[in-house]
Amino acid sequence: METFFQQVINGLVLGSMYALVALGYTMVYGIINLINFAHGEVLMFGALTSWTVVSLLAGSGLPGWLILLISLICAIVICAALNFTIEKVAYRPLRNAPRLAPLITAMGMSLLLQTLAMIIWKPNPKPYPILLPNEPFNLGGPVIGVVQCLILGLTIIILTGLMYLVNRTKLGRAMRATAENPRVAALMGVRPDMVISATFIIGAALAAVAGVMWAANYGTVQHTMGFLPGLKAFTAAVLGGIGNLAGAVVGAVLLGLIEAIGAGYLGELTGGVLGSQYVDIFAFVALIAVLTLRPSGLLGERVADRA
Amino acid sequence: MKGKLIIFALAALALIALPLAFQWLGFMFDTGTQGWVRIMALALLYVLLALGLNIVVGYAGLLDLGFVAFYAVGAYLYALLASPHLIEHVEWIKDAFPNGLHTPIWAVIPLAAAIAALAGAVLGAPTLKLRGDYLAIVTLGFGEIIRVFLNNLEQPLNITNGPRGLDRIDAMNFPGVNFGKALELGGLSIPSVTLYYYLFLILVVVSVVICHRLETSRIGRAWMAIREDEIAAKAMGINTRNMKLLAFAMGAAFGGLSGSMFASFQGFVSPESFSLPESVMIVAMIVLGGLGHIPGVILGALMLAILPEVLRYIGGDVQNITGGRIDASILRQLLVALAMIVIMLIRPRGLWPSPEHGKAAPAPLARK
Repeated sequence: METFFQQVINGLVLGSMYALVALGYTMVYGIINLINFAHGEVLMFGALTSWTVVSLLAGSGLPGWLILLISLICAIVICAALNFTIEKVAYRPLRNAPRLAPLITAMGMSLLLQTLAMIIWKPNPKPYPILLPNEPFNLGGPVIGVVQCLILGLTIIILTGLMYLVNRTKLGRAMRATAENPRVAALMGVRPDMVISATFIIGAALAAVAGVMWAANYGTVQHTMGFLPGLKAFTAAVLGGIGNLAGAVVGAVLLGLIEAIGAGYLGELTGGVLGSQYVDIFAFVALIAVLTLRPSGLLGERVADRA
Repeated sequence: MKGKLIIFALAALALIALPLAFQWLGFMFDTGTQGWVRIMALALLYVLLALGLNIVVGYAGLLDLGFVAFYAVGAYLYALLASPHLIEHVEWIKDAFPNGLHTPIWAVIPLAAAIAALAGAVLGAPTLKLRGDYLAIVTLGFGEIIRVFLNNLEQPLNITNGPRGLDRIDAMNFPGVNFGKALELGGLSIPSVTLYYYLFLILVVVSVVICHRLETSRIGRAWMAIREDEIAAKAMGINTRNMKLLAFAMGAAFGGLSGSMFASFQGFVSPESFSLPESVMIVAMIVLGGLGHIPGVILGALMLAILPEVLRYIGGDVQNITGGRIDASILRQLLVALAMIVIMLIRPRGLWPSPEHGKAAPAPLARK
């Protein structure tokens, strides 16, 4: 039973990181109906930027939490600028093009960012220093680390903030209006281009937070680190119903739990035939199952075929 | 018409003479020329793959990002059926085939195509009725699943030999011709790679004919109708689901076939050859050349397949200038990524798009 609770905690932490990334996907998809393949790479850039800042500040004698905070802010700024540029350069000119075109530039962007990261930071995996106290809290059996607490706390704060932003502010109303119908929104005095840029910036900031947390939690950064979280976060967004913010969070937490519990028990259940190395498959099996049984996702309203 | 025929004849002659010319050049200048014939043969294999994917993406408009999964299925199928690996690790197969497992290629090819097509149909059935972008993600996930399995299926039963891959795969063996050895033909010795080159050339020509016939057939027109407007196609009485499944399965069959060719040509397969960047590369080939246009697809495939070899020559200089940060493979990846973005932005229909549908993308109705 102790393993079970430990895996639930791990799953919640993993799920929160997926949630931060999944929100970026789902917001962009909700507004311009595009899978931003480069989103996982934005996360990677965030993590690597923060790694650079941390390495630079390592000898400065500042406390660990301050270094982490500074690097987090730097990562957010860089990622926001990056995603803003990506949208402006690669997606905006193709807004009225056939659907395949922006998907392909998105893939190209993802490849480009990975290559650039490889050039800037070299391809080898780099250790991410431990900045926060390493002593885990004991919860009567299962343990939880300081970084993991931070991840859970930050995610809750960010989600609350985002819900407020989308549902209560003027920008949020403009975003919802643009998602509903960009042309009518424009007639109502909303500037769709500005709203779309804002969406990309917010999504990038969330991805940057997720990237830094990912690095702090797993202790290593590399140019390929964005691919799997990106893919799984997208899966989570579909799982919950793409375009739906609450759905993305529910899907992400669910996926995190499935993966963590699955990794803990897969070997036992299959009598050692399948080990935890198969854990990456869960996300895709879940994705295919959901698309077959409930294409609109768990909380999604509709998947109209907008051919 | 006559002029066209002459051009065709000249092109055919040139393609046939190419490896001999390389051989001769290598003889003259003493540079390893088998290498160039090898590159040409591999490039032809990429053309084959690109033609297959073109059926799915170019004709039917379904973005398939897991195409190498089918390629892997074909490659591993041949690798398992024509190498000592299974005999060494599975007891009952050893008993059943005391002389070693050497399934002939002509038995594996239809099998590989059929299994790949089946995999395509099984994967496509639940997802093809959904929106196109979902298909992209599902196929991406499928490619990853296959790769994870290839990497890990060595316990408890060693099937794929994990990341180390399978080696000692038989060379192709048609009655009378063993592709593993040089063929002596009236005093002229044709090396093994050149034989493969000719084989792939023949396959490409056959595939081009098949693709061309498909394109102009009722099925091809149905695919293009679906690509342009699915709802309208449905209203015209096209069974869109079956047509999409057909495209998917047919593209997969091409992938499986190329895969088994690849396995016998290389004599070695490992999961590394079937990673996501490879899938993206094949998509980039057809996008770059011209979606749905056979000459464009061939151009794109040849360009991207030969590019890295050309880059190898300047790779050293670039590496020196940039202090080792950029080598030939990184440079290739950089160029491919840039090409995918830039070409989509300035020539969304590719470098050599089909003239028939040469109209620009439909102008948006609303003026800004």
